[in-house]
Amino acid sequence: MKWEKYIVPASLEEALRILTEYEGQARVIAGGTDLVPQLKKKERKVKCLVDVSRLAELKGIHNQGGVIRIGAGVTHERIAASPLLREMATALAEGAAAVGSPQIRYMGTVGGNIVNAQPAADTAIPLLALGAEAEIVSSGGVRREPLQDLYVRPGVSRVDASAEILVALRFPALHGKRGSAFARLAKRRSLSLPILNAAVVVNLSMDDRLFEDVRLAVGPVALTPFRARKAEEALRGMPVDREAIAQALAIASEEAQPRANPVRGSAEYRREMVQVLLRRALERAVASAQS
Amino acid sequence: METLTMRLNDEEVALEIMPDALLVDVLRDQLGLIGTKEACGEGECGACTVLLDGQPVTSCLIPALKAQGREVYTVEGLASGGNLHPLQKSFIEHGAVQCGYCTPGMLMSAKALLDRNPHPTEDEIKEAISGNLCRCTGYVKIVEAIKAASSD
Repeated sequence: MKWEKYIVPASLEEALRILTEYEGQARVIAGGTDLVPQLKKKERKVKCLVDVSRLAELKGIHNQGGVIRIGAGVTHERIAASPLLREMATALAEGAAAVGSPQIRYMGTVGGNIVNAQPAADTAIPLLALGAEAEIVSSGGVRREPLQDLYVRPGVSRVDASAEILVALRFPALHGKRGSAFARLAKRRSLSLPILNAAVVVNLSMDDRLFEDVRLAVGPVALTPFRARKAEEALRGMPVDREAIAQALAIASEEAQPRANPVRGSAEYRREMVQVLLRRALERAVASAQS
Repeated sequence: METLTMRLNDEEVALEIMPDALLVDVLRDQLGLIGTKEACGEGECGACTVLLDGQPVTSCLIPALKAQGREVYTVEGLASGGNLHPLQKSFIEHGAVQCGYCTPGMLMSAKALLDRNPHPTEDEIKEAISGNLCRCTGYVKIVEAIKAASSD
């Protein structure tokens, strides 16, 4: 059997109780769009699935005094459609809209997208650029971790889905002179894994002329979602012009070091595309910040 | 065995299932509703698309117990009183069916679209069926059929 028991707990407390009872033999399931195929192919074994997809604590998209809180159980479709996120976290709304297919987006959740621990995940890349923090609950209590600390390597998360539940993600809302954008390169526009995903968040000076802060996230170019920190540093304080951007993007593709991959393309091509995607996302993020 | 209760094509249904049964298998093998097809088995083709609380989802990936107490629509629920649904008529009229294997999934994605957006643009139609692969038709007639059904 793929699993022996399927439980839909009525509360977060009940979910945690069941996980504790099963001593590592149970696992959290939200949308199941990654987990069920893995269980069908016997890439994972569980005795019990604990369905958290209807828990109220994992729902909701709210602006809490300038900090956006998104429940880990919110689906990609909800995130893509959210007027709040389209305005104040555009890169995330765009990333969520790019996941798989409409059917997958109606089921799959942002929490699952993170715990599945793929370095190019369409919501993880924007969340990294947005500086997101995760709230994780277990029988031992609550902890908050920066998103990048949740990744070990592809497919392996620091969130132990047999003992812990990712409950929410939080990041500062982008308003004023801040903007963001997401860019994706894939063989097809739907049902296609990314050759590269990129997300950019910019913070401009009041007169629109200088980069006060920039965050550049890209994947898959490493074992975990990647921020091009040297390129970010190169842009800080620089004028918003082609030359500064080109120099920084050259640094970005050097530090990203994408490798050749039979599915995703040659190293040469991907190095070049890191610059192209980041430039496109940067230009749109700047336009959004300026307006 | 577990008891699954759901509202299926407007009828209350209760049946005993294995705890790890998938929705597509319960629909096809236990309820005899073979309109829903399974092709890839991993949510990548859309052939198994049904509506869960009005939303199109790939039933090959859905633990049947996820549908507990919820509303499910399959292609068998489209026709009513012996009359084909406007989408079904339009698919036939526009030559949008060749082997027919993708068709139930296409119809359910199309129904979900028209239920929330009665007058979609061509781009919105293409987006709505972007999770349904067709190996026969090249999609043109399918898009035309949905557009035509939306104008009625």
